Amino acid sequence: MSDDNQVNKGRRNLVIASCAAGGVAGVAAAVPFAASWLPSERAKAGGAPVIADFSALEPGQIMTVEWRSKPVWIVRRTKEMLDGVERVDAKVSDPKSDVPMQPEYAKNEFRSIKPEVLVLVGICTHLGCSPQSKPAEDKAEMGADWTGGFFCPCHGSKFDLAGRVYKGAPAPVNLEVPQHIYLSDTRILIGDDKKGA
Amino acid sequence: MAAAEKPPVTGTGSVALDGLLTWVDQRFPLISTWKAHLAEYYAPKNFNFWYYFGSLAMLVLVIQIVTGIFLTMNYKPDANLAFASVEYIMREVPGGWIIRYMHSTGASAFFICVYLHMFRALLYGSYRKPRELMWIFGVLIYLSLMGEAFFGYLLPWGQMSYWGAQVIINLFTAIPFIGPDLSLWIRGDYVISDATLNRFFALHVIALPLVLLGLVMAHLLALHEVGSNNPDGIEINKNKDANGVPLDGIPFHPYYTVKDILGVVVFMIVFVIIVFFAPEMGGYFLEYNNFVPANPLQTPAHIAPVWYFTPYYSILRAVPPMFNSQFPGVVAMGVSVMVLFVLPWLDRGAVKSIRYRGTHFKAALGAFVVVFLVLGYLGTEPITVWGQFGAWLGNADRATVAARICTVIYFLFFFLMPWYTRVDKTKPEPQRVTYS
Repeated sequence: MSDDNQVNKGRRNLVIASCAAGGVAGVAAAVPFAASWLPSERAKAGGAPVIADFSALEPGQIMTVEWRSKPVWIVRRTKEMLDGVERVDAKVSDPKSDVPMQPEYAKNEFRSIKPEVLVLVGICTHLGCSPQSKPAEDKAEMGADWTGGFFCPCHGSKFDLAGRVYKGAPAPVNLEVPQHIYLSDTRILIGDDKKGA
Repeated sequence: MAAAEKPPVTGTGSVALDGLLTWVDQRFPLISTWKAHLAEYYAPKNFNFWYYFGSLAMLVLVIQIVTGIFLTMNYKPDANLAFASVEYIMREVPGGWIIRYMHSTGASAFFICVYLHMFRALLYGSYRKPRELMWIFGVLIYLSLMGEAFFGYLLPWGQMSYWGAQVIINLFTAIPFIGPDLSLWIRGDYVISDATLNRFFALHVIALPLVLLGLVMAHLLALHEVGSNNPDGIEINKNKDANGVPLDGIPFHPYYTVKDILGVVVFMIVFVIIVFFAPEMGGYFLEYNNFVPANPLQTPAHIAPVWYFTPYYSILRAVPPMFNSQFPGVVAMGVSVMVLFVLPWLDRGAVKSIRYRGTHFKAALGAFVVVFLVLGYLGTEPITVWGQFGAWLGNADRATVAARICTVIYFLFFFLMPWYTRVDKTKPEPQRVTYS
């Protein structure tokens, strides 16, 4: 061993090649184990788009549908609610929705396809809690200039009625607008924006 | 045949026992292991109160493993059954309630012992050369323990289990580029679900306990290689008698086995009092919201981790989002733990023990303890707990400002350490250990 002249080069190379091949096989063997942590076919099927019918929703009301076990809010916004959104433009950190937290077709003042219908994923962008709906009447709790919106109980983030986050909140970006498409006037598909998906 | 050359074991007072031990010793390193790690492992004779917590942490590890094994016999790692199976253990399994309360109290007791054990290392410089690697094994034990506690906390499938895990897994989402895919991979679903619960169960009951046991072994082997530090922070191996035995050393067995058994008795008295009379510890050991089954569609009004994570949780909350990302807070939280790894190289003090350190180190350590406790308290409370400052400070939450100040001091303790330990006016160390 200590005498280099005694080394059989052929055998040494064979040992090195075997170790290299064994190492590659060892790494390759890790693939199925790592892959087993990916969502299963069942989980993927459970995450498929859902259809929501909001024909029973009165103006000013909010309903929650479940998509991928997350709450998705549908709000029928009144004229006053939309005015309130416009009035807080200066108080929210991303009034023009420049951060892509919505599909292109919802990148507008009201963050929606139709101004009166808001569709939002009800999960705080800070650490994933579900904010609570706080109507404009909750001025006692939310401050005299509150125009309605959402309040996250975990770390105090505030959002307006377009899901835009107020300045100074722990949440870094606006609430997510999921992909959605109108199947009729009061039925939407959430989770995809191509018909027939 | 080498084994046969070993001398026969004598002195047990029984010919049959001598014979049995001789037979074993010639086939297994029984006597040499006994001597190396117990009967002839010489520990400094001046250990004090702070030296109980290493052995107590090992005791708690044993309690957790034994109670954990018995809990798995009735627990069901299934999102539809988990919550009810824990209640089944509590109400219908004979002895189930005490096994479960021992396990839940043991989790907190583990962290109490480990925090005091680590504080002892800070007091007496036990992480300094030549004990750096032992310290690193210790930090790895601490990290594994945090993982173990986090995975275990999901298992009861209560509201706090669910939303606490939600918050922590979402930390990974904040990592640029790979974040969303990484958290999807951790959960195995688009939300925390049965898949997540099942893999956390596997990690909690087998993967991490194996890692923990291996690390504890490495920690002890490293300790016995370099020898124990002591409250004077001097090396007892520098003064040996003619037989090579340290003059200030006493055999671990029987001296410290007896001392540690006293610690075990006192600890167990306190432990069972908590198990019997205050297993929830006012919501700190078992949070009230966790008695409500997990509901993905409703967040509890106030989410707080269990007390042992709250100092780091406070640091996470204290850092404001930057560039539309909360990643900086995640980094701060990560660094606040990882910085422990480099502690042996940050400390440039001329002496190890606080007994001979100057005012700089004493003040820094005192401030560190205070901010750690304040951060820990704030992490259990909503950020509005102390109200808001007036308009002159932008109506900022007082608790947030306090947490930010404490976070800065926390990091300064480590990052300024090379400076303040070097310029500190230390006292001369004694040649031999002292009692005080």
